[in-house]
Amino acid sequence: MPRFGLSIIGLVVLALVVTACGDTPPPSSNAPGSSAATDAPEPTTAESADPTDAPPSGEGRLATVQDRGQLICGVNGSLPGFSFLDESGNTVGFDADFCRAVAAAVLGDSEAVEFRALSADQRGPALQTGEVDVLIRNTTWTVSRDTSWGIFAPTTFYDGQAIMANASLGASTLEDLAGATICVQSGTTTELNLTDQFRALNIDFTPQVFADIDPTYQAYEEGRCDAVTSDRSQLVARRTAFEAPDDHVILDAVMSKEPLGPVAPLGDDQWFNVIKWVVFATIEAEEQGLTADNVADSVSSDNPVVARLLGSDGDLGLGLEADWVVTMISQVGNYAEIYDRNLGPGTPFDLDRGLNSLWSEGGLLYAPPYR
Amino acid sequence: MTPVPSTKKAGAVPLWRDVRALRIFGQIAVVVVVGLIVAWLVNNLTSALSQRGLGFGFGFLGRTAGFEISETPIPYTATDTYGHAFIVGLLNTLFVSFIGIILSTILGVVVGIARLSNNWLLKQVASGYVEIIRNTPLLVQLFILYFAVFLQLPAIIDSLAIGDSVFLNQRGVFLPGPQLTSTFGILLGFLVAGVVLVIVAGRVASRLEDAGKPSHRLRTLGVIGLVLLGVVGWFVAGGQAVTFDLPVIDRFNFAGGLALSPEFSSLLVGLVLYTAAFIGEVVRGGIQAIRRGQLEAARALGLSEGQTLQLVIFPQALRIIVPPLTSQYLNLAKNSSLAIAIGYPDLFKVGQTMANQTGQPVPVIILIMSTYLAISLVTSLFMNIYNRRVQVLER
Repeated sequence: MPRFGLSIIGLVVLALVVTACGDTPPPSSNAPGSSAATDAPEPTTAESADPTDAPPSGEGRLATVQDRGQLICGVNGSLPGFSFLDESGNTVGFDADFCRAVAAAVLGDSEAVEFRALSADQRGPALQTGEVDVLIRNTTWTVSRDTSWGIFAPTTFYDGQAIMANASLGASTLEDLAGATICVQSGTTTELNLTDQFRALNIDFTPQVFADIDPTYQAYEEGRCDAVTSDRSQLVARRTAFEAPDDHVILDAVMSKEPLGPVAPLGDDQWFNVIKWVVFATIEAEEQGLTADNVADSVSSDNPVVARLLGSDGDLGLGLEADWVVTMISQVGNYAEIYDRNLGPGTPFDLDRGLNSLWSEGGLLYAPPYR
Repeated sequence: MTPVPSTKKAGAVPLWRDVRALRIFGQIAVVVVVGLIVAWLVNNLTSALSQRGLGFGFGFLGRTAGFEISETPIPYTATDTYGHAFIVGLLNTLFVSFIGIILSTILGVVVGIARLSNNWLLKQVASGYVEIIRNTPLLVQLFILYFAVFLQLPAIIDSLAIGDSVFLNQRGVFLPGPQLTSTFGILLGFLVAGVVLVIVAGRVASRLEDAGKPSHRLRTLGVIGLVLLGVVGWFVAGGQAVTFDLPVIDRFNFAGGLALSPEFSSLLVGLVLYTAAFIGEVVRGGIQAIRRGQLEAARALGLSEGQTLQLVIFPQALRIIVPPLTSQYLNLAKNSSLAIAIGYPDLFKVGQTMANQTGQPVPVIILIMSTYLAISLVTSLFMNIYNRRVQVLER
């Protein structure tokens, strides 16, 4: 009996050691309390030391990702046009391509991405625990998410909430939907906006809330709800997968502002800067007319703005290769190319650029100077 | 086990080979290891939270929830607090678990007896049901029930109707809703008097029987008295003590009446079918554990099949059935958290939404876990009390 007890203790100790070892190099940027953090007080790069909340270790997420050789990117996985599995099992879409852009910038290889499909409820904790390096999952920027989930990089897609109803109802305004049952996905801003909007208009409704995106649309299509609400782009995308897309109309009413963009984990300024400037660089490249085809030839451009963007001044403090923009644009393309490939006229969605045009063309896309 | 002398006699057992000492060391080591694991986990949590600047607390329970819930047994609007929303979820869980436990017990007992029936067809049907339900995952069954059964019912306009009062369509089951009027108190008074009459009659009858005297059908008379009192009370109350609110179709949906949503219906049916299969096996095991001699003795006394079951087999089988039955009840209550898959706003579903909106998953999960723990412990407590009564009866 005592021998049996001892062997159990042995097993427990072994398990403890194994799990402890497994977690010593954690995916999170730094683990305070671990000996590595106290052993290396001096930051390895000057930029990573932010005096205000300096993490004691020099190991930022940028170094972690480069050591790992792969970027872990949280995506939706069930949203055609944004991130979706194609016939050959690749994750494709607008969000997926921004994951690839980050991988190309950081690792030089746009295919070095591990996509993690996350539900709306899972994405916050996934960021908080550092399970994903970056979340690019049609996520709306709000102040509470900015402070509790992670920090939002610039918006990649300006969207608005809309409502889709069965055409047979003949509804054209929100007021026409008084008393209706409305399907919505839980853990989304749309769930809250729906309540706010209908309360403001003093309209009664019954929400039918689902945790996952697929049951939400499946239940709507089966007729469980009179209408379904989400971001307009999502409604357009999901409608293309319906059996009879023409039986469903998207009302004109815009119920909210939905700026969708990448989110980086809190507490790592260097990594946040990388994500932020990856987005800006795709916008700047479009503005400068740099595309996947011509970017390699433009390196020796006479235009100082273009030359600097493509690395003539060396690294400007992001901690990336000097020519990271060239690598990224040649592998993934500029903003317009990413947009057109996934959502533009050649696709089933055919979404108008609208607010997602360059500032010079009446849109909201505006990259700060790269210098 | 002679005590080891403490003198340094040659051949004395050294400390590292002393079984008693080793036992004590072993226990200390276990405590230390478990303590270290817990401390490590807690440290991991607190450091991860502080590293990302996240607080830990339950203050959010007092903040405005801001989301609507589709099924609310108590009044709730989006302007109420998170704490209030959590209670709504809890009540939904208790509601579906309570009804589920009652229905699955009834169905389970029927199935358990059917599996032992001499009727070949009945036996095969019961066996087939138990084997199919018991060997497939509940989550899959719920999806099938929800998407392939309840959502495939006709649309509202083509509702299946029974008269003008019961409607069945893909928005749910609509029944006449009982509405208590102001005179309900009068009827209630008469009914209470009737129930008291039945209890008193039962007590007197038992005492007479114990004394070996005829009970003069006192129990039957008591029940007749209850019915009479009910009828008289109904008319004294003006015949309007309870009115029925019929469901009426409006623009989108049925209004009024008692509405059971497809989510609730699927979850309830799923839980009942699933748990009843297990309860059926528990009941069958309990019955088969009774020695054959008991059955033969009952037959020899000339008891009918029903009497044998009711008076001889079941009272004894209950002793064996109740403990595993408790586990099945606990399973049912815990399995109700699968409601999240089909959109029934139970405790877990509302908790998930709260965790998401507040960005406080750890406190919310702690809250959810302790609530389920409390539900299970209370269920166990009641079942243990019942178990003790069943056991005492036997002696």
